[in-house]
Amino acid sequence: MYLRACCLLLTALSLTGCSSVDPWVKPYERAHLADPIMSFDRDPVSGAYMTHVYQAREAARGAEGGNGGGCGCN
Amino acid sequence: MAPRAETVVAVAVTRTIPGWLTGAALLCCSLALQAGVLPDDRADALYHSYDGGGVEITGPSLMVLKKFGQNVAVNGNYYVDSISSASIDVVTISGASSYSEDRTELSGGMDYMHGNSIMSLSYTNSSEDDYDANTAAFGISMDMFGNMTTVSMGYSYGWDTVKNNADSSFSEDIDRQNYKLGLAQVITKDMLLELNYEGITDEGYLNNPYRSVRYLDEPGGDTYSFQPEIYPNTRTSNAFAVRSLYYLPYRAAISGEYRFFTDTWDIDAHNVKFGYTHPLQGGWILEGNYRYYTQTAADFYSDLFPYRDAQNFMARDKELSSFSSHTVGLKLSYDFIENGWRSLDKGTVNLAWDHIMFDYDNFRDLRVTTVPAGDEPLYDFEADVVQLFVSIWF
Repeated sequence: MYLRACCLLLTALSLTGCSSVDPWVKPYERAHLADPIMSFDRDPVSGAYMTHVYQAREAARGAEGGNGGGCGCN
Repeated sequence: MAPRAETVVAVAVTRTIPGWLTGAALLCCSLALQAGVLPDDRADALYHSYDGGGVEITGPSLMVLKKFGQNVAVNGNYYVDSISSASIDVVTISGASSYSEDRTELSGGMDYMHGNSIMSLSYTNSSEDDYDANTAAFGISMDMFGNMTTVSMGYSYGWDTVKNNADSSFSEDIDRQNYKLGLAQVITKDMLLELNYEGITDEGYLNNPYRSVRYLDEPGGDTYSFQPEIYPNTRTSNAFAVRSLYYLPYRAAISGEYRFFTDTWDIDAHNVKFGYTHPLQGGWILEGNYRYYTQTAADFYSDLFPYRDAQNFMARDKELSSFSSHTVGLKLSYDFIENGWRSLDKGTVNLAWDHIMFDYDNFRDLRVTTVPAGDEPLYDFEADVVQLFVSIWF
């Protein structure tokens, strides 16, 4: 059910022409966002290892991140 | 007082419910879900070391990511945990001095980009003497609103086999499903925000075949015995997280994170994390971070049950107890190929150290045998986690 709801959400967003929304941060204003230090997961191998370290010793799990993107810098 | 000798307890391996596979799945997804652009070709070689609470775990992690054309990228990861454990569970329940074992994990994945969307597939296998785990994952992400927003979702299915080194006929299964939703958003020219949700359902043999609970031999008595733990056969959890990055007026960044977790075993957990990244002269980058974690106990957890078979479900796994931890971390990176060399675009060498301090609220140190049952001091320990790795972009 979760999967179906997510598919519907993504389909609806794509059909509404959302890509035509005028971005309030222009591409030429994204120099800071494109800096490697502005990455949520600059080293994925290291990030995955630390997630493993914590998951092995804590009950909590999930939502560790890794969406990336959002910058549109490339 | 020491436990009575009549109780037979097999080796108490400090094994977690196999959430560790999520780490591999996370690795594949984090490589894949930068919508609108495939990640650059890179290779990483990492050596990791964990030392704390009588447990030493070391091993390599090797990862390669390679694009084929403009729309396809493949990745693979080889990971090993070489474990040498004399944890409190091993020395107080089994009576053994230590044990050692290896866990090997292999994963592979593929990303396909079409327009502003990226679809990813991955498969992970983890094997050790008494545990085999498999996970297949699918993810999709999409850039929208002028590439200021990335929406992603993912689904993974896992199937595990639990075995017991003391009983060759023992074999139980676990099925697991993960549902992920993510949103990454450009807020300003200096600020990024990320929201994540993940729901996980488990069904099958969720306890550890080696672990035991303890109970009082007589009501109000001073001695105790052990019996095998019993967990429910199902568990559903939900986790919500928000993360943000902010570029300071000079070239440096601060980060913040909060996550809330809740599950059907009545465990609630919160963690916060703050970080600071500061580039130095000559290709060096220095990072520091602090993390605080706290959780409540599972509703069927007890350090000492009042009598044998006191409940239908019983656990004395310290990972299901009430506890908190503090982590302080430092990381130093050096960019030794800043402007390219032959076919290499960039190369870094990195050293990271994290110091974790665990404090348990209702898990007692049974190594102290000179006091009545239930009066032992609460357990705590500290751990050092070291990573040394080289990354090459080509």
